[in-house]
Parts: sequence; C-alpha cells; structure tokens
Amino acid sequence: MKANQINIANFRQTPVIDQVGVNERVARLNSRSIKKTSKMAALKLALSMIDLTTLEGMDTPGKVQQLCIKAKHLNHGISDLPHVAAVCVYPSLVKIAKKELNGTSINVASVVTGFPSGQTNFKTRLEEVRYAICEGADEVDMVISRGKFLSGDFQLVFDEIAQTKEECEDIHLKVILETSELSTLDNIRRASEIAMKAGADFIKTSTGKTKCGATQPISLVMLEAIKDFYQKTNKKIGMKPAGGISDSKTAIRYLVMVKEILGNEWLTPTLFRFGASSLANDLLMQITKQQSGAYQSADYFSKD
Amino acid sequence: MTNQTDFITGYSPAPESTNLIEIKERYPLFIKGKFLEPQSGRYFSTINPATEKKLSEVAVANQTDVDFAVKSARNAYKNVWSKMPPKERSKYIYRIARVLQERGREFAVIESMDGGKPIRESRDIDIPLAVAHFFYYAGWADKLEYAFPGRKANGLGVAGQIIPWNFPLLMAAWKIAPALACGNTIVLKPAETTPLTAMKLAELLQDIDLPPGVVNIITGAGDTGIKIVDHPDINKIAFTGSTDVGKIIQKSLAGTQKKYTLELGGKAAHIIFDDAAINQAVEGIINGIFFNQGHVCCAGSRLYVQEGVAEEVISKLKDRMETLIIGDPLDKNTDIGAINSKMQLKKIMEITQSGEDEGGVLFQSKCTTPKSGYWFKPTLISNVAQSSRVVQEEIFGPVLAVQTFRTVDEVIEKANNTPYGLSGGVWTDKGAKIFKITKQIQAGILWANTFNKFDPTSPFGGFKESGMGREGGIHGLYPYVELS
Amino acid sequence: MNSRIDIQKTYKLYINGKFSRTESGRYFPLKDSRGKATVNLCQASRKDFREAVKFARKAVGGWSSRTAYNRGQILYRIAETLEGRKKQFIQELNHFGITKNNATQEVEITIDRLVYYAGWADKYQALFSSVNPVSSAHYNFSVPEYQGVIAIISPNDNPLLGLASLIAPAFVGGNTIVCLASEKNPLTAITFAEVLHASDIPNGAVNILTGFSSELAEHFSSHKDVNGIVYCGENLELNKSIQENASENVKRIHYYDKINWLINKGQSPYFIMDHSEIKTTWHPIGS
Repeated sequence: MKANQINIANFRQTPVIDQVGVNERVARLNSRSIKKTSKMAALKLALSMIDLTTLEGMDTPGKVQQLCIKAKHLNHGISDLPHVAAVCVYPSLVKIAKKELNGTSINVASVVTGFPSGQTNFKTRLEEVRYAICEGADEVDMVISRGKFLSGDFQLVFDEIAQTKEECEDIHLKVILETSELSTLDNIRRASEIAMKAGADFIKTSTGKTKCGATQPISLVMLEAIKDFYQKTNKKIGMKPAGGISDSKTAIRYLVMVKEILGNEWLTPTLFRFGASSLANDLLMQITKQQSGAYQSADYFSKD
Repeated sequence: MTNQTDFITGYSPAPESTNLIEIKERYPLFIKGKFLEPQSGRYFSTINPATEKKLSEVAVANQTDVDFAVKSARNAYKNVWSKMPPKERSKYIYRIARVLQERGREFAVIESMDGGKPIRESRDIDIPLAVAHFFYYAGWADKLEYAFPGRKANGLGVAGQIIPWNFPLLMAAWKIAPALACGNTIVLKPAETTPLTAMKLAELLQDIDLPPGVVNIITGAGDTGIKIVDHPDINKIAFTGSTDVGKIIQKSLAGTQKKYTLELGGKAAHIIFDDAAINQAVEGIINGIFFNQGHVCCAGSRLYVQEGVAEEVISKLKDRMETLIIGDPLDKNTDIGAINSKMQLKKIMEITQSGEDEGGVLFQSKCTTPKSGYWFKPTLISNVAQSSRVVQEEIFGPVLAVQTFRTVDEVIEKANNTPYGLSGGVWTDKGAKIFKITKQIQAGILWANTFNKFDPTSPFGGFKESGMGREGGIHGLYPYVELS
Repeated sequence: MNSRIDIQKTYKLYINGKFSRTESGRYFPLKDSRGKATVNLCQASRKDFREAVKFARKAVGGWSSRTAYNRGQILYRIAETLEGRKKQFIQELNHFGITKNNATQEVEITIDRLVYYAGWADKYQALFSSVNPVSSAHYNFSVPEYQGVIAIISPNDNPLLGLASLIAPAFVGGNTIVCLASEKNPLTAITFAEVLHASDIPNGAVNILTGFSSELAEHFSSHKDVNGIVYCGENLELNKSIQENASENVKRIHYYDKINWLINKGQSPYFIMDHSEIKTTWHPIGS
C-alpha cells in the first residue's frame, strides 16, 4: 500500500447494524414504565434539553423575539422549572436572538452550511459558518453532503466536517446527518463515525425539513456509535434527535434510551438535546398534570 | 429504590396492580368438568418465590385420582370428543383462545406471582404466545386431511401431559392446543411449584363450556406424574422437563404401545463472529441467557466469541448486564425476576460455585437483590473450557459460560460437542456462513442473528438428548395423530 | 458330471467398506434346506459392532452432505447392481428354503424398493418442510435433517427385502447405518453388502454384521453414539430391553411390528421421516 493511500480511518469497514435487532431493543426500552417522581424528574430534564427551534422562510425578528421570551419564561404557573438549553434559528436571525437572550445562560444555535440541503459550494458553506459565529452564535448545526456520502465519497464528507470544525474552534459543532436520506442503519452508523472522527461535538439526526425526522431506531444506532466512540477515545460526543418529537411520552422514551445506552453522564443538556418546537408545551402540560392530577388543555399553554 | 427516586438514580416503582386477580385459598382437582376434592385428602402450598409467602394450595392426586381423571378423559374421548365434527372441536379451541386473550392480564399477574418471572415477560410473551397457540391449532382441527400427504389422520385417545415450571401456562397451551385439535382428550399435570395458571385455565374451560372430561387438570409432584406415565389406559405421553426425568419416562414407556414426545434440556451454543452486528449480538446474548432468569431449556448458555472481538463483546456484555433491573417480578421495569424455587436456586448456586472452583472467573452485575425470596444475580463465567462443568451441564439459571474460538470448523465442533441438541445461535453478517453453520449444528432450532424467538407456527424440539418430537407448526400435529 | 470343483464363498462382515472377519474369531454354520451345513458365517461380537459404529459415525458428515441428487443416484446404482446379480440372490434365498417363486418376487420387490427410495432422495424434503409465517420480522423455515447413526436389527422374514426396506429410507435420509442381518437367513445380507460395495457408497456409510440379536441387541441399543434403533422381531421381552437401553441417550426407537414388506405399505416417505429430525431456522428480515 502506498503511503498516500492510507486514510485516517477506513469508513468502508464500519460496524454492521441489524435492523430487526435494533427495533427489538427499542421496543424493549419502550416497555420501561416511568412513573411518579422519576416521571416528573424526566419531564423537567427533557425541558432543559430543548433547542427551541424556528427554521422557516417566513421567520421574522418579531417571531424570534417571541420565541426567546418563551425560552426564558416557559410558564409562570409552575415553580422550579428549568429553562431550555438553546434557541435555534437561521444565521440572519442570530443577532436578534442573542440580544434577546442576553444575560441568560440560554445558548443561541444557528443552522449553517446551506441548511437544509447543503447543496452549494463548500466555500460558500464555510462562509456561512463564519457569518453565524460572527453574529454571535454559541453553537452551529451543519449539514453533511448526503449526495457525496451516498456516492461513496466518505473522505470528502469527513474533510468538509473537519474543516468546518476548524472554522468553529470552540463553538459547539452539531453535525446533522439527515438520516432520512441515508437509507440504511449501516449508513447512519457510518455517517456517525465519520462525523465524530472529523470533530463533531454533537451528532444530530435530522434537519426537520424532510418527510421523516428523528426515529428511535435511528437514534439508538447513533447512541451506540457514540458509546463505541467513547470507549475507544474516551471522548464524549453529544446527541441531538430532531424533527417530529412533539410529545412527552416520546421524549421520555428518548431519555430512557440515553440513560440505558450511554448512562447517566449523558443526561445533561451539554450532551443531549431535543431539536423541537412544540415539545416544550407538551412537557409543560404533563408537568402541570403531574402536579395537579388533572388532565390539561393546550389552551392554557402559550403558543409562540 | 424509594418513592423519591428521580430519573437519574433510577425508575420509581411501577408495580402491576393485583386488584384484578382472584386466587382462591385452595384448588381441588379438575376432573370431568368439576373441581373435586382429591381422594388423597391432601393439599400442598404454592408460594410466591419473590416473597416466600403462600399464595394458595393445590391438591395431591393419588392413584385413585389419576385413575378417575384418565377414566373421565377416556369417556369424553369415546362419547364426545372423537365423535364431534372437527369444525365444532375447532370452535371450542377458538373459544379458549379468545377468553384467554380477554383475561390475559389476570393470567400474567398470577403467572408472575406464582413463578417469579417479570411481568414484562408474562404480559408480553407467555400469555400472548399461549393465546396464539390456541388460535393457531384451533384452525387445524378441521384441516388435518391436508397435513399428512397420502395419509389419513386419527386422534390417539387419551394424552397424558406433564409440563414444567418455567413457562407454566405457555407449556399448557403447547400441549393442550394440538392435542385437542387432533381429537384427543387430556389429563394434564402442571409443575408443583407453578400450578396456579393451570387451575385458572381449568376455571376458564368451565366457563367456555368445554365438554366435561375433555381436559382434566390434576396436581401433584413427580409421584403423580409417574402415575400418569404408567397408566395403562393412556395412549400418549407428552413431557417437557429435564433430560434426567425424560430418560426415566422413556425407560418406563419401554415395550408399551404408548406414543410419546419429550422436550428436554439443552446447552445451546451461541456463536458470535467478528463480522457480526456486535451491539445487536450483545443484546441477543443477553436475551439468550437472561430471559426468564435463564430458566429456559433453549437458553444460549454456552457463548463462543471469535477471538478478534472477544474483548469488545465481553466488555459490552458486562456493561449491559449492569443495566438489567432485578427485583419485584410485578414491577413493569423488572428485567430479571425471582428464581423459581429454593431447590433451583440451590442447584444454580452449586454449579456456579463449581465453575469458580474449577478456575472460572466470575462476573456478576452489581445490583442488589431483595432480602426475602430467591434471587440470583446475572452471572458470566469466563476462563472456562469445554471440560468445565459449567460448560457441560445445564444450569437452568442466569449463568453464562464464555469461551473464545478462532475458526468456523472449530466452533462447529465445539458447538456439537454436547449430548444436547435443542437450539443454537449464530451472529455473522455473511449469509453463506450462516447457512453453513445452521446446517451443521445438530439442534432443532437455530437462531441466526436473533435468539429466543418463539411462534406457534414454528416447530420447536430437540435433537439428541434434548428430546424427540416437535411442538408448534404443522410438525406439532404428528405427535397427536395416528396415520393410516 | 463336471469334474471341476466349485469355489466356495467365504462370508465375512462388512465394516467400513471392507469385508473382514469378526475380531472374535467366532463363526456359526448355516444349514441349507436339506439340513446340511454348507456355509459358515461370522458371529459378530460387541467389538465388531463398536468398530462399525465408529466408522459409521465418521461417515455421517460426508454422506449427509452429499447432494440429494447424488444420494438418489447412489440408491439407484444399488438397484442397478442388484438387478444385474438377481440370479445369485434368488439362488441364495432358494438354497435356504425359500421357494424359487417367492425368492424371485422378493428380489424383484427389493430392486423396486431401492428405486422407490432413490426417487424420494430429493423429494421428501419438499413434502415435509415448511416455511412458517411467524408473527415477527423473521424468515422461518423447517426442514428434515438426518439423525446420525442408525442401528438396525433386521427381520427374519424376507431377509433381503426386510433388510433393504429398513436400510434404504434411513440411508437416503443422510444417516449412516449399522445393520444386523437376519439371524435365520443372513446370507443375502452379506451378498447385498457386495452390491453396496460396488455402488459407490462411501466407506462406513452402511455396515452389515451377521450374528445373534440375543447377544448384540443389548449393545445396539445401549451404545451412546447411536442415534436411532430399529427392531422388528417378535421377541417382546427383547424389544422392551432394547427400548429401556435406548432411553440412556434418548435414542429414537422404531419398532416395526408385523409390517409386510412385500406390499406397498412396506414403503413410504414416512419411513424416511422416522430417521429425520426437523430443524427450524430463524433469520431477521431487515436492511
């Protein structure tokens, strides 16, 4: 083998995944029954892990301001509530969000690199990263080149992530795999490894812009990739499922997965996030229900 | 764990309610459609192995009781069941399936209380599978002429069925459903430590108006079982239990006209190749050995890991073992319940100790076990060889013996190096290798890239000393018919 | 009268593809229909049986992994070879008291029976296999597989046909065989071994012994490396003790009581299944 053919890692030989086994494991984890105090703790924990998100073409400064207010004051009726982890917006709205959240520990995250498709030249994508950081983003969520990945150019996908990370320096980098476009769990595992080895701080399932967002089996495969990576490198990578997680029951199921696959150390907003817009209200509703005993109506919780 | 458990330190208790269930103070024998006092006049207690508290008591059937049960089955066979049009027989079996489905939760709770298995398993596996077995075989009753090419099938007469304590209701279903579908009547004896769901089933059979005597359920210890085996007016014996007892039964049936099927012990090889989906394989290993506290005849109790991945697999296994929740069988989050009986616990402890004495290295998860009741922590023993007792003997508990291997031929040889032949498992991403291995392993059930799966349509049963005959599927009809 | 002196045949045991004398050095004479002792046969011992089982076990892997087509061809080849030596078999049967007509009938049915089982070699699997529609994401199928080494104690009636009717279904199903010839009329069994030997069967796949069931049945039934045992004799006591011994390693026991091998009921794929195990394989369906 010639010296210049030796890659940092051989991404063609990532571990294989058995889909049925993954589904069975998820089903078994879902049979966990989270009640009483452990349920309340889980609901609050989930709340603290939310990246409150708005990523629409029609987003305006006003909309983002409202979202930030919500992020700071989730509900005045419930005491002892955590705040969400971050607000996630497009680069052009980072500055607004940053200003609104000034003085809080809530981060501002920005999607970058030609989100959601990433189909523009790499130079432009990197330029966008610089711009978002310049505007004040604490975290950036990049997308990978799925087309290149599917055509087998794993090295290029790796290089793009690595260069993006270089650009980010200390800014947290979340790498969106857009799992719905990767076709198989084997590919999702491979993409996870590429991202982690290239320097991702978080790996994230989805843009939320395709017809399928995060699913539990996909997330399980990514969590296992994170665990295996940790065991080999002692480096903790975060996980962010995004897209379609809108109710408390599902959120708790994710937390159970994280707890039983990765352990309690990952049960913190620094290592686990939900990318979600309507999840927060459902969590608040459930918390109120747990406290009052009465089932709640959505009318009592602000929609922002 | 206290009620103040937050999510990080653990899950709050989530016990399944026992409000819905009814357990009587005592259960007499179920013969000829009625609950009758035993002629023996004796009863024995059945306890909850998780608490050691008495749940109820059941009758001891003596010779007179066995005679009466067989006679009632014979009469029902002659006068009712063999004369009934098959499609009507079929409807009775469908009725059992439906009503059992309706009362599933009650049966699940009682199964967990009487046997110690986690409610998650009795609720999601035992009871639904039992229902599915009745539903499956119900449909065969009026289609038997299609099942045996070139032959006509007739029922045998009276079937004596002796079932074990590890899957009490499920084993009753495996035995009763095909026997009834083929036109036989039944004398069934549940295991002495787990008689309650069988007695609840007896109540259910009354409720659905199954003709008296078609199914008779009598209780007692091994002594009662031998009386069934030796009874001259029984045409067929179906036994599930240990290989030792199976051999005794086979011996006592020597020279008689009785047909028999035996579903006996096992010591399955579970083989992990370096190209396997490792994380799923680890889950398969866990499921293979810790399902039902390892009280499973087809448990994957001999693990063979290819050397290149041995360290990784074993380390992942240990991690995963730490996340297993052991405790109250009725808690919905319990993964591993109580050991079925004091006797079984003693046996598991004794063989595990021998593993240590022979130089095996023991790993047990750090969990704590409740103070009362019978418990054994999930256990892994490495540094063992083919010659170790823990590799050769069926432990029937949550104890996994781990060895490594290098080549395909080596592992096939090791896998077959046992008198047992019930099941086996193999994990590899290569299709051709799967077929080579599943072809060459001498066992009745081979799970490739999965383990411990059961289905009424799928035949189950062993090669070699793991027994003979199949239960489940079209092949499960053969033991209950005479072909002409 | 021809002045040439006939060459008399020495009848030996057939073990591992070789014709060998018993290690015990014992023999027993066989009287012809006029009561004259014309032939001596080896009285096989426990050790001869042990040797036979050893080689039969060795042969299992190779024989069972032959293609079904090949097994069928070999069965057919046995029939062909037998057809060519029909006269000798008729003569041997006749010599020991079976009428010429009956002997002819027996040999012809034997040939036909071998052809019958040759035809089943690649068909019974389809008849007794199943694809099972399990309620989960798994592909699941069940197929018949060989059991291993089958020990057969041949019947006395129809010594050639009985022997062939028992060997053929076990053999075609991938098992290897150790067979005790009819005690009363063992001659054709050893000549049949010559036919087998000329038909490309692997060494040790079929072994034929001559001797006494009263002596050997105990070993046939108690040997722990034997997977199945067949008995057809009328001795109920012996049958019982065979079955008791067989329980020591859970042998598959087949007692073929009063089967008339001359008629069609003496043949069926169910005899193959008697020496088969059903093996079920599961595999997930996913991507």
